Amino acid sequence: MATFRDEGVVLRTMKLGEADRIVTFVTPDHGKVRAVAKGIRKPKSKLAGQLEPITHVTMMCWKGRELDVVQQVQVIDHFKAIREDLDRMPAAFTMLEAVDLVAVERQPMPGLFKTLTGALRTLAEGTGPVLLGAFLFRLLDLEGVGPIVDSCASCSEDAPLVAFDEHAGGFLCRSCRSGQPVAPETVELVRQIVGGQLRQALAAPPSRATAEVERIATLTMEYHLDRQLRSAHLAPGPQ
Amino acid sequence: MFAGPIQELVDELGRLPGVGPKSAQRIAFHLLEVSKEEALRLAASIAEVKDRIRLCERCFNVAESELCAVCSDTRRDLSIVCVVEDPRDVVAVERTREFHGLYHVLGGALNPIDGIGPEQLRVRDLLVRLSDDGIVEVILCTNPNLEGEATAMYLARLLSPLGIRVTRIASGLPVGGDLEYADELTLGRALVGRREMSG
Repeated sequence: MATFRDEGVVLRTMKLGEADRIVTFVTPDHGKVRAVAKGIRKPKSKLAGQLEPITHVTMMCWKGRELDVVQQVQVIDHFKAIREDLDRMPAAFTMLEAVDLVAVERQPMPGLFKTLTGALRTLAEGTGPVLLGAFLFRLLDLEGVGPIVDSCASCSEDAPLVAFDEHAGGFLCRSCRSGQPVAPETVELVRQIVGGQLRQALAAPPSRATAEVERIATLTMEYHLDRQLRSAHLAPGPQ
Repeated sequence: MFAGPIQELVDELGRLPGVGPKSAQRIAFHLLEVSKEEALRLAASIAEVKDRIRLCERCFNVAESELCAVCSDTRRDLSIVCVVEDPRDVVAVERTREFHGLYHVLGGALNPIDGIGPEQLRVRDLLVRLSDDGIVEVILCTNPNLEGEATAMYLARLLSPLGIRVTRIASGLPVGGDLEYADELTLGRALVGRREMSG
């Protein structure tokens, strides 16, 4: 049977039969990979601790017709800081869910993979208030549906932008405005995110603008996916 | 395709978890071959389970009456509650014979990707129980995976301000296991949760 090696981030797992799980990875060279991890639910399984969601691994799999079979796994990063922090987990889950919906099986996706591992590393280092929004906008950008930020998405005028409408594909000027009203700082933050000044955007302190970025990024992602991101809408944990 | 009733049986069996079309056929033909009494015994026990089994009003474990066997046992320690995900976990903990308190079955674990949040679990019922009964300790006995750990962290944050002792089951190496093959996360936890030994 043919085998392949790749890096991967575990997006989700699902029970299969008595003691197995189907593990969904996103990988740079093979896109989304769904593989069976045999015996992983048994206490003595050596795979168990290595194939939890939010784990960055290198793996070797047998290539199957529909599902591959996990043969060997080595952990690169557990992102322990995320999995032990209830406040960081929702953002990580939303990232994984979005990637799961965007990634295509067996189609190389190096950009997507790099964006996800980078975002998880940043999340593990600290909680930038704009991180999730930035990640979703970068994902949309990679898919070719990034927001229009330099001029009005409707009339292309170089006027001050005052609203965001996911149906129009970006920010709108005063005369075309529809959708969500937004602050000038929000427009600037999104410009930084899609314009290559991510580090600067991530350093922004929590504000109305950072909350707006996350909200409009989630809305746009959901509009393009044509479904809700479940992780983004769950009741927040106790404070 | 088979004759009407057989196909119906194959279709029904095929709906069961872990039973694919081939297994469903095998089971259906097995039932066809066994004596009528044996087949009807299976049908009767399915009917009986559906008629008689319900959820315990206190802990949401499976029960034959208002309270489950554990909750109605007067010898149990009423001051400790072990929070588990599933009624099957109650059986697993009971098999250890190390726990003599009561249970609370959440009905799952937090799983944002599948849309399972605190509202979908029996968290509110747990809070009501804790405010009424004289409970002094809650043991968080959810699975040691990401969803179970998230649930435990969520509950710990929710329950700690109530002045109740909140503990989490230990995790580490399985008895009879081999250190060499342990993954870093498990071995790391085993080290963090090490205990003192006296000779």
